Amino acid sequence: MPKTYIVGYDTSAGADRAVEFAVAQAKGTGAAIKIVHVLEWSAYSFLTPQELEERHQRRTEELDRAAAQVNPVVERVRAQDVECESVIKYGHVADIICDIAEETGAAQIFVGRTGHSALSSRVFGSVQLSLVQASPVAVTVVP
Amino acid sequence: MMSKLKTVLPAVAAMLVPAVAMAQEKTLDQTINEIVSPVSNAIASTVFYSVPVAGTQFPLIVGWLVIAATIFTLYFGFIQFRGVGHSIALVKGDYSDPNDAGEVSHFQALATALSGTVGLGNIAGVAVAVSIGGAGATFWMILAGLLGMASKFTECTLGVKYRNEYKDGSVSGGPMYYLSKGLAERGMGGFGKVLAVFFAICCVGGALGGGNMFQANQSYQILLTVTGGEDSVLNDMAWAFGLLMAVFVGIVIIGGIKSIARVTEKVVPFMGILYVTTAVVIVAMNYDMIGWAFGQIFEGAFSAEGVAGGMVGALIQGFKRAAFSNEAGIGSAAIAHSAVRTNEPVTEGYVALLEPFIDTVVICTMTALVIIITGSLGAEGVSGVALTSHAFESAISWFPYVLSVAVVLFAFSTMISWSYYGLKAWTYLFGEGKAKEMVFKLIFCIFVVIGASMNLGPVIDFSDSMIFAMSIANIIGLYFLMPVVKRELQSYRARLKSGAVKKFAKA
Repeated sequence: MPKTYIVGYDTSAGADRAVEFAVAQAKGTGAAIKIVHVLEWSAYSFLTPQELEERHQRRTEELDRAAAQVNPVVERVRAQDVECESVIKYGHVADIICDIAEETGAAQIFVGRTGHSALSSRVFGSVQLSLVQASPVAVTVVP
Repeated sequence: MMSKLKTVLPAVAAMLVPAVAMAQEKTLDQTINEIVSPVSNAIASTVFYSVPVAGTQFPLIVGWLVIAATIFTLYFGFIQFRGVGHSIALVKGDYSDPNDAGEVSHFQALATALSGTVGLGNIAGVAVAVSIGGAGATFWMILAGLLGMASKFTECTLGVKYRNEYKDGSVSGGPMYYLSKGLAERGMGGFGKVLAVFFAICCVGGALGGGNMFQANQSYQILLTVTGGEDSVLNDMAWAFGLLMAVFVGIVIIGGIKSIARVTEKVVPFMGILYVTTAVVIVAMNYDMIGWAFGQIFEGAFSAEGVAGGMVGALIQGFKRAAFSNEAGIGSAAIAHSAVRTNEPVTEGYVALLEPFIDTVVICTMTALVIIITGSLGAEGVSGVALTSHAFESAISWFPYVLSVAVVLFAFSTMISWSYYGLKAWTYLFGEGKAKEMVFKLIFCIFVVIGASMNLGPVIDFSDSMIFAMSIANIIGLYFLMPVVKRELQSYRARLKSGAVKKFAKA
């Protein structure tokens, strides 16, 4: 079974660099790439009744929009003869990426660097830090 | 139906025009009060038709709600006690498919419905109950809260089962839909339609009354008290406060500016927790009085001497305030709960039954305990939210300021919720459409001003009567449809047992 590399993708420039980096690695090892795009969501947030009613509709729209952003990336990777698929999920970014890594038995996780200062990461937390601490497999943070 | 609207609108306008003209002689507040009181009194005396029981007047509608809650409790085999573990598991998300993340969760539906019910009923309503009915009213309030859990279970299950799902994925649900669709299934389509229309009319009234005027009124009252009562700069400025509140409500519901609503939705749960925590602290500070307070509650429940109406008086007040606060049997919560994404209507019933517990058995009881323990009961000339404020002040001198902020925010979030319930009923009556919706939203804003300006009595009477009138149609429907809920419940329980419905393992 070929190895799987997971790339956490959030449409930023850093995420694009992470994809490129992972593709370069995958060409050498013959690994497949799985692009994971997570829409930040908490089942414990508060919504107004109006938002409650529209939620299903919004979710469909959000998923469509996300797919429109992620699909071109998948095409780009495939064009370079690397096997690639994508997953779009709701939830907490680091948790979801770790879950998928475990489910698929992935070999490595790649994420882009956000370039936040140490201070803002301290205060607001960062996906990269949470991933490094919780990930079941090796994590590469691409600058 | 439109003809009804045409007669109502000029009436509203007619109420306002002379009010402005006469403002020179009397204060504007007094004038608004004088014009609206006779109308609200007439409605209240109809809905609260009372019969003499044991030397006091017993409003039939209160018995109606409690008997219904008792019947549902027995019919579903004390679901509120046996099912509560499962309810909590559902809210925690143990049974939610992770692939449905991003849809409305059980927790969110519960939180939204709660933010519509937790509010002034818990703070001001309880004070009204104990100041009229004595400490014993608390006992009956708790009992009504526990029984009401079964009513909520029934109505919210039906709300999900008979909701309308539209192509764009949005949903509309509530008593209007289960009354008309559910009864049609049983071959009583015409009757169901009548009940649904009656419910919708009362729901519009309830949204304007308890969901609006009462909220505006009580938030003004507490601001007045905190800023110095008679000497306050706000004295006789109720209409101005109402106008300001109406602008904020208008910004959210007409302007669609969600950010304000979002801020309150975030702050309100925090305020709720702060309120309960403070109450617990005050009760703990007087721990030696706890036994005495419960003694007062039990004693008063069965032999309230010196209280208007004795035991029956305490019972009526307790039941009335509980129903007004947790809205079980009223049908409003069914509207909010209908939006949840689930294939099992019963699960929403399970979740909803927690509402009266949190609202009445926990929060209302805390308010009552604080009022009783601090000895504020019987303070001269203080009633409603001012009594609660007085009770908290006697323990923590600066708390009334926090309380006043909490009250205004609670009131605001309740108004937003009820504007939605009212709007759903309105569109059921008149059909969907931007212009029709706008008419309701404008009326809603006008009533904020009217509500702030009136004395407490007429506002409470009108609020109570419209909200309770909703229960007439709703509960008739629930009686006819409870076998449907039972079938759903039995099938769900069987599948839960066989493992067809199972927990999703937490990753």
